[in-house]
Amino acid sequence: MRYSGLKVITEGLFGNKGWKPAWRTPDPKPEYDAIIIGGGGHGLSTAYYLAKNHGFTNIAVLEKGYLGSGNIGRNTTIVRANYFLPGNSEFYSHSLKLWEGLEADLNYNVMHSQRGLINLFHSDGQRDAFARRGNSMINQGDDAILLDREGVREHLPYLDFEQTRFPIYGGLLHPRGGTARHDAVAWGYARAADRRGVDLIQNCEVTGIDVENGVVRGVQTTRGSIRAKKVAIVVAGRSSQVAAMAGMRLPIESHVLQAFVTEGLKPVINHVVSFGMGHFYISQSDKGGLVFGGDIDFYASYASRGNLPMVEHVMEAGMTLMPMIGRARVLRSWGGIMDMTPDGSPIIDRTDISGLFIDCGWNYGGFKAVPASGWCMAHLMATGESHPVAEKFKLNRFATGHILDEEGTGSQHNLH
Amino acid sequence: MRIDGKGRIDRTRPLTFAFDGVSYPAYKGDTLASALMANDVRVVGRSFKYHRPRGILTAGSEEPGALVEIMGPANQTPNTRATVQEVFEGLTARSQNRWPSLRWDLLGINDLASPFLSAGFYYKTFMWPRAFWEKIYEPLIRRAAGLGSLSGRHDEGTYEKAYAFCDLLIVGAGPTGLIAALAAGRSGADVILAEDAAEMGGRLLSDEGQIDGAPAQEWLASVLAELALMPNVRLMPRTAVTGAYDDGTYGALERVGLHRRPRPNLPRECFWRITARRTILATGALERPIAFADNDRPGIMMASAMASYLNRYGVSPGRKVTFFANNDSARATARSFVAAGLSVAAIIDSRPDAPDEGDIPVHKGAVVIGTKGRHGLQEITLRTGSGEVRLETDALGMAGGWNPSLHLTCHMNGRPRWSAELAAFVPSPGAVPGLVAAGAANGTFSTHGCLAAGLAAAQEVLTDLGHKAAPVDLPQAENAPYTISPLWAVPGKGRAWLDFANDVTTKDVALSAQEGFSSVEHMKRYTTQGMAPDQGKSSNVAALAVLADATGRGIPETGTTTFRPPFVPVSIAAMGAGARAEGFAPQRFMTSDQASRDRGAPMIEAGLWYRPSYFPKPGETTWREACDREVAMVRNSVGISDVSTLGKIDLQGRDAGRFLDFVYTNTFSTLPVGRVRYGVMLREDGHVLDDGTTARLGENHWLMTTTTAAAGLVMRHLDFVHQAFCADWDVRFISVTEHWAQFAVAGPKARDLLTSALGAAPGLPFMGVRAATIQGVAGRVFRISFSGEEGYEVAVPARYGEALFRDLTARAETMGGGLYGMEALNVLRIEKGFITHAEIHGRTTAFDIGMEKMVSAKKDCIGKAAASRPGMIGAARAQLVGLKPLTDSPLTAGAHLFTQSADVKRETDQGYVTSVGYSPTLASWLALAFLHDGRARHGETIRLVDHLRKVDVLCTVTDPVFHDPMGEKLRA
Amino acid sequence: MRLNCPHCGPRDRREFYYYGAAAYLDRPSPDAPAQAWDDYLHNRDNPAGMTQDLWYHEQGCTAWLKVTRNTVTHEIIAVDAVATPKASGGMA
Repeated sequence: MRYSGLKVITEGLFGNKGWKPAWRTPDPKPEYDAIIIGGGGHGLSTAYYLAKNHGFTNIAVLEKGYLGSGNIGRNTTIVRANYFLPGNSEFYSHSLKLWEGLEADLNYNVMHSQRGLINLFHSDGQRDAFARRGNSMINQGDDAILLDREGVREHLPYLDFEQTRFPIYGGLLHPRGGTARHDAVAWGYARAADRRGVDLIQNCEVTGIDVENGVVRGVQTTRGSIRAKKVAIVVAGRSSQVAAMAGMRLPIESHVLQAFVTEGLKPVINHVVSFGMGHFYISQSDKGGLVFGGDIDFYASYASRGNLPMVEHVMEAGMTLMPMIGRARVLRSWGGIMDMTPDGSPIIDRTDISGLFIDCGWNYGGFKAVPASGWCMAHLMATGESHPVAEKFKLNRFATGHILDEEGTGSQHNLH
Repeated sequence: MRIDGKGRIDRTRPLTFAFDGVSYPAYKGDTLASALMANDVRVVGRSFKYHRPRGILTAGSEEPGALVEIMGPANQTPNTRATVQEVFEGLTARSQNRWPSLRWDLLGINDLASPFLSAGFYYKTFMWPRAFWEKIYEPLIRRAAGLGSLSGRHDEGTYEKAYAFCDLLIVGAGPTGLIAALAAGRSGADVILAEDAAEMGGRLLSDEGQIDGAPAQEWLASVLAELALMPNVRLMPRTAVTGAYDDGTYGALERVGLHRRPRPNLPRECFWRITARRTILATGALERPIAFADNDRPGIMMASAMASYLNRYGVSPGRKVTFFANNDSARATARSFVAAGLSVAAIIDSRPDAPDEGDIPVHKGAVVIGTKGRHGLQEITLRTGSGEVRLETDALGMAGGWNPSLHLTCHMNGRPRWSAELAAFVPSPGAVPGLVAAGAANGTFSTHGCLAAGLAAAQEVLTDLGHKAAPVDLPQAENAPYTISPLWAVPGKGRAWLDFANDVTTKDVALSAQEGFSSVEHMKRYTTQGMAPDQGKSSNVAALAVLADATGRGIPETGTTTFRPPFVPVSIAAMGAGARAEGFAPQRFMTSDQASRDRGAPMIEAGLWYRPSYFPKPGETTWREACDREVAMVRNSVGISDVSTLGKIDLQGRDAGRFLDFVYTNTFSTLPVGRVRYGVMLREDGHVLDDGTTARLGENHWLMTTTTAAAGLVMRHLDFVHQAFCADWDVRFISVTEHWAQFAVAGPKARDLLTSALGAAPGLPFMGVRAATIQGVAGRVFRISFSGEEGYEVAVPARYGEALFRDLTARAETMGGGLYGMEALNVLRIEKGFITHAEIHGRTTAFDIGMEKMVSAKKDCIGKAAASRPGMIGAARAQLVGLKPLTDSPLTAGAHLFTQSADVKRETDQGYVTSVGYSPTLASWLALAFLHDGRARHGETIRLVDHLRKVDVLCTVTDPVFHDPMGEKLRA
Repeated sequence: MRLNCPHCGPRDRREFYYYGAAAYLDRPSPDAPAQAWDDYLHNRDNPAGMTQDLWYHEQGCTAWLKVTRNTVTHEIIAVDAVATPKASGGMA
């Protein structure tokens, strides 16, 4: 069933009785050519591109809960390509290009909205660091504009330019940055993968990974054992546990990142805005809620909930930066589990076990990576070689010292 | 309409308020909702999606529909529950989410288009043509969406935050919470009793029940009077406990000034962080609606809310009321309405075996299947055993059963338990450590049961806390059993609302299941049920029951979505109180701060510190003029600069030298007493952590200097290394950053100045240190330089800092010198190739900055092992170089480097510029940069490109030391 | 969240800095193989459940603390000083 405005109208005229399930609910087959553990954004996009780009026809995605039950549905929905280190630049640039064609490709409106992202800076040193970043973005072929204080004021007149503790010096505008409707990304990939024959198997928890003589043979699940030639671990938030099933110990520590949404408001914030002197980023959803967040809580956690100190810190950052949001009320707070790596960059790589692949370590930034992560993971699984835009995301880069540390905070997992 | 003789409002205190420009009377004690009801205003808002007229559904903070904007002097407060907002004289409210008016809302057209606006329709359309999304579709959607509006102006309101600690936090002051507070208070425990509503009492304020044979409100008054006199009990009305967090921490929002006329300095709200050893959750229960066709009209509300309006506020939502129930709880309310002289047209009870109710007609086994009334209920249609019946009525009370208010028990990931007997979820014991739910919040709905449960909970907690429980008699009260036959949705045609705020109907839930969104989380996210301002308080259970039905599963198997903090929405301003303007972060001032400001120096942020940018002289119009002058002054005469922000760590002990050897790459233990050495410190991952000088003041006494930025980081690092790896070494250290004021005196005349200030020549070799008496004050003099000139730093206890600063400045000025600021300091250090955190930005190694030889081969140090990884060294890395433009062109930091012939793109990127400045000394712009294999490329011409600032300049690659490369001036 | 500092008593989480797994205490010898250093610096058990990690009472006594706690429930079982008085040779 193809979605379109016309279809919405004709179905509406006939009581919406004709809508079919967005995806099938198959039982697992005894064997697949490829199994993807994890039905989140990255797992679903991996399955989709394996089918679409590489002609795989016998794929299963195994999800222990419901599709999209992890961070794909818990993030602050920001999509951007504003990295500056080679290795990251080309990857996120590729991802943004995929975003720009995603609705047409998936036949699903993920509401990707390129409303523009502004990173504010508050000192000459920060300006120079953002200039380096912006120039990297342009060298990569993406877009960036350096705004001075008055330039920022034109875009964001509601910021506190007069009294704030850390005055606004300017901002780096990334016009192609923006947001998307997070759940829709999972659903869009799921539906598109299903349409290409991928078995999406929900409520199927992987309990073991079968390895014989260094070769992966399949997985054990709560719905029985399933054989597979290739297995991918794509379970950010639970990477360490699933990798441990194959005897691996990952360079990851899990942390809780909280996010917040306010009650619905008429349009008031049109961009994605980030504060440079306290981790704070905000946008307004199409539904009208202000969606915002800050730093992780800074202690290892799998609780997907946080504590007040970071909640208050985020609110304080909001109040010093844009006091006009003071009367918006926070409606809901929640937490996601972040795979924090020692350099803040992800891992898309083979493992020492033949046929076993891993995609993990997305730190704060997995959402925007969903298309390219799936694209590159599929490439890796199909060809055995890293995709050129993801070739620096090696599992052994910490051992070799080829670090991709955009924050410059070092190998302490929680500092990225 | 107002009902004479009813309610707790103060009829001796009339008030006036305005809604949508019309003035109305009210009384002290009214909420905006009760006051609107008294004035027969039925439509209060518009729903989110279909813009359907919305009236008042509840009498509490769970209200989904009656959301308004409260107008203030400078800003309005959107999405305010009319059911919570108390009326004060002059209160001005405005309806929201409507245009042009509440009564005639253009987007009401959405309601007619509802067949095309089914759940998730937007995922299926608006995709073509692509460019239309951002330009046309999305702006339209955004404008139609949202509820209230912010003014866009700064929120200038006053907000507070506070901490509180107690033995026992009781959440909710209904019968359960009150008797628990009484028991705990009498036992001497430190108690906080927090109540969301303006008045304590809970259901006792709304029901006409009796306790110990007298009206319950008499018992309430006596308990409140006793509690008020107890010094160990804090009563916190208007305080909603918003979240349960770890280790007995709770968030709570107190409405301090929202019920009063605004005045300066009256806090609007206070956000409390309460730490409680134990907590009793006594939040009661919320009544739930029943889904039937067109059940969303103004005038259709919760039966219990009707009781509240009648008995608490003395108003009725209608003249001829009806009730639709599946249990007995609306019966007392119906009797109250009759007793108040109002007409009760009927009770429609879905139970075939429902009891009679005196003279009130009871339709047993009947359901409501339709309603009429565009802007307010006029008529309902029933389906009874004998066919359809139409009934005229202007207010219908829904009594669909009760949901315990267990929200806080979900905040730490606790999952509630389904009780088939109550047809409701109840809290799981232990869901929040230290918290016990009691009374209606725990599924005990009779007043007597609540009192007994509250008392028992208090006694259990008190025993736990080691208090001897004082005697409290359990009073007698209504103790009727709760019998319910679940009725979630009346089958039939038409749209039956589940979520009144977000316009989610039973059809939407069914469609969600039809399309495969059959997990309860998928349903929620696909239909948006439960995502409105009330967070599904009135719709979650019914929605999942409808989903369970649609998917052929039971409710327990379907599961539930979870409640997350906050329990009621909390303003960003309250949780962010204190952060406006300068409040966001501490401010640190040097002792010279005022003296610098006196000279007109712009003070700029350096971490938490403020440092002078430059010291303008009359006639100078740009910072560059001042900077150039200050640089020349230091190079030619003498300059004074406050460097007190640098971190200072005093280390003592026999093993202090050994300890320094371990944390620095180079060796310190061999440094003679009276000498200073530059050192580089690595993180354990092999990257540069910080650099600075350390002086040996005595055999076992050292003073380390860190950069301003890394002072805290280094202290933490030293503490870790010491306590984790060498706790048995004899070394102790403490930060003395704020104990000493320290001033750089730099330039060819520095020695002369020091001689005059000290009364004797400083007598120090380069990198020497000694104790000195500076005009009678015991201090220290170092001969170190960050400018490349002969330089000294003079340190005195901080209380003498300002005096010394002014003295040194005066002496310098008589010698043709003076003060220099951060800008000049930066140019001076660039000329000299000295690095700052612009260069050691966390990704650089000692190799990158040409200091790999400083990593001693003879000893271990932190970071040494990791620094030897293959990726951390070698020609592939960018190395520190100097750049000088071939022509007289400005350079910019953040620019990238390319070879002359290459295309400018990521693949050909050769490096980047970290610091730039105009050197008046060399009459040229200079830059420090990192360039691939840079040390081997001195002399090469490289292209510097900054797209952002339109700079494209050819430069010569040089050694990073531009000025006095042999260091002759330093050592002079 | 509150930690019971062995020196200062129960204190709010705001007073503490979190570092990472207690494995940071097991520093390899300088000549240990590269694999040992990689494990030490980067690789983690990262348990969902009981763990031990390092916290610094930065706004209190400046003691480094080894905290035994549950990463799923946030329950704190024990808080011990990293430097025991015995090992520290006279540290208070």
